[in-house]
Amino acid sequence: MNTLTHAAGDSATMLGRQLRHMLRYPSMTLLLAGMPIVFLLLFVYVFGGAMGAGLAGASGGRAEYLDYIVPGIMLITVASAAQGTAISVATDMTEGVVARFRTMPIARVSVLTGHVVGTLVQTLISVAIVTGVALLLGFRPDAGPVEWIAAAGLLSVVTFALTWLSVALGMVSESVETASNLPMPLVFLPFLGSGFVPTDTMPTGLRWFAEYQPSPPSSRPCVGC
Amino acid sequence: MTLHPPQAAITATGLRKSFGDHVVLDGIDLDIPAGTIFSLLGPNGAGKSTIVKILSTLISADSGQARVLGHDLAQDPDAVRTAIGVTGQYSAVDGLLTGEENLLLMANLHRLGRRRARRRTAELLERFDLVDAAKKAAATYSGGMRRRLDLAMTLVGDPRLIFLDEPTTGLDPRSRRGVWEIIRALVADGVTVFLTTQYLEEADRLADRIAVLDRGTLVAEGTPAELKRRVPGGHFRLRFAEAGDLESAARTLDGSRDDDALALQIPGDGGIESLRALLDRLDDESIKAEELSVHAPDLDDVFLALTGHPSADNNERKAASR
Repeated sequence: MNTLTHAAGDSATMLGRQLRHMLRYPSMTLLLAGMPIVFLLLFVYVFGGAMGAGLAGASGGRAEYLDYIVPGIMLITVASAAQGTAISVATDMTEGVVARFRTMPIARVSVLTGHVVGTLVQTLISVAIVTGVALLLGFRPDAGPVEWIAAAGLLSVVTFALTWLSVALGMVSESVETASNLPMPLVFLPFLGSGFVPTDTMPTGLRWFAEYQPSPPSSRPCVGC
Repeated sequence: MTLHPPQAAITATGLRKSFGDHVVLDGIDLDIPAGTIFSLLGPNGAGKSTIVKILSTLISADSGQARVLGHDLAQDPDAVRTAIGVTGQYSAVDGLLTGEENLLLMANLHRLGRRRARRRTAELLERFDLVDAAKKAAATYSGGMRRRLDLAMTLVGDPRLIFLDEPTTGLDPRSRRGVWEIIRALVADGVTVFLTTQYLEEADRLADRIAVLDRGTLVAEGTPAELKRRVPGGHFRLRFAEAGDLESAARTLDGSRDDDALALQIPGDGGIESLRALLDRLDDESIKAEELSVHAPDLDDVFLALTGHPSADNNERKAASR
């Protein structure tokens, strides 16, 4: 019991540290939200007209395509936040301060839980920003409150899983540069799925991959929204 | 819990550590009494930091036993961690946090409670002359300030034993003296200090006992006075205008020559008698020297005297400049 409360207390302290980092270095949060927004604008305004027509026939257009890609964009948001985690974990490991933590009588996992919960908060902020931009562009989901909650819950769970993965990637990276490159595939995985175009438009081999890789199924339930 | 405080702060026998094929520590024995400053002296790569890392629970030894403040390193690392403070070679502060936040972070991790955390933080900011910089991000601090903050963070938990791994490397002379004063004040409070350094002067000024580490083994141990008795003491350095002068001087005088710098190093204790003897010798042989300088014994002299070879670091430096 004692060790559990210690672990919780130390994790809360470390979360406080992460949140302060976020406040001191807001450009990181903006950068992480910025990339999905650039993708969103690019796909909706550059490709959107043509893609929308391909999606829903002659009646389709930019608005239909916007509704179609928002879930995929959300996944990219989550993945790019995970990339931020890998960077900040690797930065921490190269600095002396983590060595100091390790010589202290603290719950060792707290350094990592601080990162993970901090990323969760950061991701929710990015997702809120991206959703806001999508709404401004004309994203009009017809989901009810329950579906919204389900979508938010699913995104949180995916974030949680991806974050632990990127914590691991951050730990094994020899340098901060490596840490920033390693999670790159996570950002591009949604492209190789049903996130941006229906999979039946793809060649057979790619379609198999697209249908079975983990990224599109987690975005599909959102499409209902 | 022991009823009486342990007499020895650190005891270690037969500590060994290798990384791959490279043997870093080859059987280290230590016995450091509580309340003293113990200095581990050695060049870069001698294994100083590895010993600190092992004794501060960061890494484990391949073999050998050690007890720190009465707790076995392998059996009870958390009890060791509760009682020690570590200031590593590279500053261990969080650059994005302010000085004050860094100290509060430590206080929270030591579970001091809100009020005590505030008080301890204010106290340490005052003591380490960081009050004016308390609200600024640590990344903006100068080297000396970072080091002071680093030491302050180490002290938040009131450690009984402090490891200082090259605490003054990279500091200007004034900041270095500041750190020395801090270390002396710590021991006055009854804390044990384990200090590693490359500077003989630093060990000499601070330490009660010095151990000299060379290629993973302790080659000598004793009080500064004992060690200095074993060191012949410094050298004279003569610089010449022409290679011919160096040539004739090297023939008459016993010393090691440096052809690139046209200089000759002659062992000597730096005393007036030996200086006079050297000057007489130069006169007798009518050798013209451009410049003469007297050097106090430094780490190289200690190494030469104790191991018969110059410090490894020095070798590397020479090899690199060739």
